[in-house]
Amino acid sequence: MAFQLIPAETKIDFVKYRRIAQVLSVLAIIGSIAAFFTLGLNLGIDFRGGVTVEVGAPAGESFDEGNLSAARESVGALGLGDIGVQFIGASDEERSIVAVVEAIPADEEGEGDSMQNQVATAIQGALREALGEGIEVRRVDVVGPTVSGELVKRGVTALVVAIGLMLLYISFRFEFRFSIGAILALTHDVILTVGLFAALQLEFTLAIIAALLTIIGYSMNDTVVIYDRIRENLRKFKQMPLRDVINLSVNQTLSRTIMTSLTTFLAVVSLFLFGGEVLRGFSIALIWGVFIGTYSTVYIASPLLLATGVKREWNENTAPQGKTADARP
Amino acid sequence: MLRFNRWQTIGLIVLMVLAAYVTIPNFLERNAEGELAVPGFPDTGLTLGLDLQGGSYLLLEVGTESVIDSRTNNLRGEITREFRRQPRIRFSQVQRDGDEISLRVVEGQDFEEAERRLRRLSRPLPNGAGRDTAVRADAENRRLYYSLTEEAKAFYAADAVTASIEAVRRRIDALGTTEPIIQRQGDDRLVVQVPGDGDSERLKSVIGRTGQLNFHLIDESVTPTDISSGRVPPRRLVLVDPDSGIPFALYATPDITGDMISEASSSPNSDGGGFQVNITMDAQGQRRWADVTRDNVGRLFAIVLDEQIISAPRIQSPILSARSRITGSFGPAEAQELAVLIKSGALPAPLEVIEQRTVGAGLGADSVRAGTQALLIGFGLVIVYIAFTYGRFGLYADIALFANVLLIAGALSLLGATLTLPGIAGIVLTIGMAVDANVLIFERIREELQGGKLPVMAVESGYKNAWSAILDANLTTLIAAAIMFQLGSGPVRGFAVTLGIGVITSVFTAFVITRVFAGGYVLKRRPKTLSI
Repeated sequence: MAFQLIPAETKIDFVKYRRIAQVLSVLAIIGSIAAFFTLGLNLGIDFRGGVTVEVGAPAGESFDEGNLSAARESVGALGLGDIGVQFIGASDEERSIVAVVEAIPADEEGEGDSMQNQVATAIQGALREALGEGIEVRRVDVVGPTVSGELVKRGVTALVVAIGLMLLYISFRFEFRFSIGAILALTHDVILTVGLFAALQLEFTLAIIAALLTIIGYSMNDTVVIYDRIRENLRKFKQMPLRDVINLSVNQTLSRTIMTSLTTFLAVVSLFLFGGEVLRGFSIALIWGVFIGTYSTVYIASPLLLATGVKREWNENTAPQGKTADARP
Repeated sequence: MLRFNRWQTIGLIVLMVLAAYVTIPNFLERNAEGELAVPGFPDTGLTLGLDLQGGSYLLLEVGTESVIDSRTNNLRGEITREFRRQPRIRFSQVQRDGDEISLRVVEGQDFEEAERRLRRLSRPLPNGAGRDTAVRADAENRRLYYSLTEEAKAFYAADAVTASIEAVRRRIDALGTTEPIIQRQGDDRLVVQVPGDGDSERLKSVIGRTGQLNFHLIDESVTPTDISSGRVPPRRLVLVDPDSGIPFALYATPDITGDMISEASSSPNSDGGGFQVNITMDAQGQRRWADVTRDNVGRLFAIVLDEQIISAPRIQSPILSARSRITGSFGPAEAQELAVLIKSGALPAPLEVIEQRTVGAGLGADSVRAGTQALLIGFGLVIVYIAFTYGRFGLYADIALFANVLLIAGALSLLGATLTLPGIAGIVLTIGMAVDANVLIFERIREELQGGKLPVMAVESGYKNAWSAILDANLTTLIAAAIMFQLGSGPVRGFAVTLGIGVITSVFTAFVITRVFAGGYVLKRRPKTLSI
């Protein structure tokens, strides 16, 4: 044997803990929803429209607090309302100054789009005035109200379509009752991730939608591997109670579940630590997603099969409508 | 299942060599013409996304409704011209209701004839989709309604978008930008992608300005006092000269319009101080301008760009040459911008920037550094961890992981895909998840060994029994990637592409490449026990 993190044969009674897990999950979901409605999401300009301008210090120099207040004053003098001006970046030497303007609501003529372009120009002028002509414009993002509305719609569509396709896929490869557990677990993962972003007030951007889709894919991946094993054990042990089949399958795949979670975790942690400011929120979502996805697979998706019941007659090739047995805990 | 014949092995080696062959050009130097400095390699390679090399992405909306609006207004003139022809038809109460121009025929006996003549004005559309105008008659009130058909509106809108693409392309080319990408998106949008560290504000102002240049004579009989008290004769256009602050009444019909100018450039002012714009008129413009200046020596005229007076000089003598110059208080950049606008011609429809993503070259370079670092460190961590956990088989998995990264790079290079920062994140994530297939196989082999199987059999059935789970697990990720590709934009798409390619290559390398090594090992050495 080389090195084994997880003992080869575990006999943990996962199903036993399902009530506790369900209570925990329901509490976490309630917390997430509460955070969503009380604190709200800290939407990035992708979704609420607005202007972001990031400038770096001239070559060989770095910004100090005096620069920041000068920038604040100069941008504030534009009279554009509430503009957040702050430092961004890992170290004092390499930090930039970033100005973020709230969305400018479109009037009935739809003039919001052209206003925002003028705002972007004005802010760059104000920052040059305060910080000198030598500054480096690192980033300018302008998202008009038309586009931000579409991005919200497309983001939500993507999540719904993803979960819907997973439902179809599981129904097709397994059976409909398997997909209920899988979909509940996925929805759980999505809600908890959105909840985390609301609770910590992390910026919610387009990249976070991509992260959510990846989490859906990842969590599904985990779930499918265990379901696959459950199906195999159902074929092998036709008389074994469902509860035992689930426990056996989760235990048999446990070391794989943990191994894969760990390698994925190593990859996303390295993204978080070294991937730079741009990928920070994205990698936070993924780190969280790896944990949540693994947890929901083991404690939500699998035990839920007890509640929905499963088909007991699995055939290698065809899947005839067999009789079903709803095992009791 | 564990045996590979010679041809299969050779096939695998060839595949890897090919992947390397198409990937290598990414790292080769290119000469000034963009050709590879080292001969013998294909011209493949991935493009760095704007977020990595720096550049601007602009999403523009074409104001097609304003094109339709002015076309509808033109119908009024069409009606007037037609009914003034002999035999004349008297009409009154011309008005516009929404998309229709309506009028009342004065004489009852003219009504049918008027309707017939209006209908005859309708022309087939160039694209064959139908006719351009439609007539609706209300005999009771002797009113005729004249309007553009829906097909005509769609045609003119699409035409305006196509013409806008051309105009934007001419302007960006005139700015001397390298490799701009200009594409249509949806019905009335354009995407403009310009790499490099150029000034995005300047780019926006060059693209977005209408650029309508007109020369108007000034009606000097109207004094500024007349203008301020509102005594302006009809068909005059009042504009303020920004330099002097004096309002002028211009004759509304221009004598020279931008389409009569064939060439424009900027140069330092030949009288010293500032810059000037040199223009060359086409034959029609030259004749017209010679006539106008000959008849109006000593009078003021105004050079107007987008309803703003650029300068208002006096005609000193008849201008017979095709070449003229526009002087004003221009800096070098402004003069060049004006020249670009004049030369490229007016935009057929207003353009609005509705989304902008600009990344400076500095931030791009930082992102490349950070992405590469995350990739290498993530790769290193996973490799060490796998080798540590699975011993000899872990090394096989590591070889497969190398092959995986090589195949991803090869596929991206061959497709000429655009690599974005999220794309790099996708590769890092793929590395983490790619091991999954091997983990599934190796855990399976461990189980089979515990079940009392001999090493060769255990390895064989490990691969066989893990396949179903590997397939199911990776298809779900592939579904997620496909959705991101379909519904995402820019960077998210970049992520979807690498994630999707990575899933496919990782299944291949994990399932096939490790099997070559693992199978070779157990078949040749026939080990009594397996260290896994």
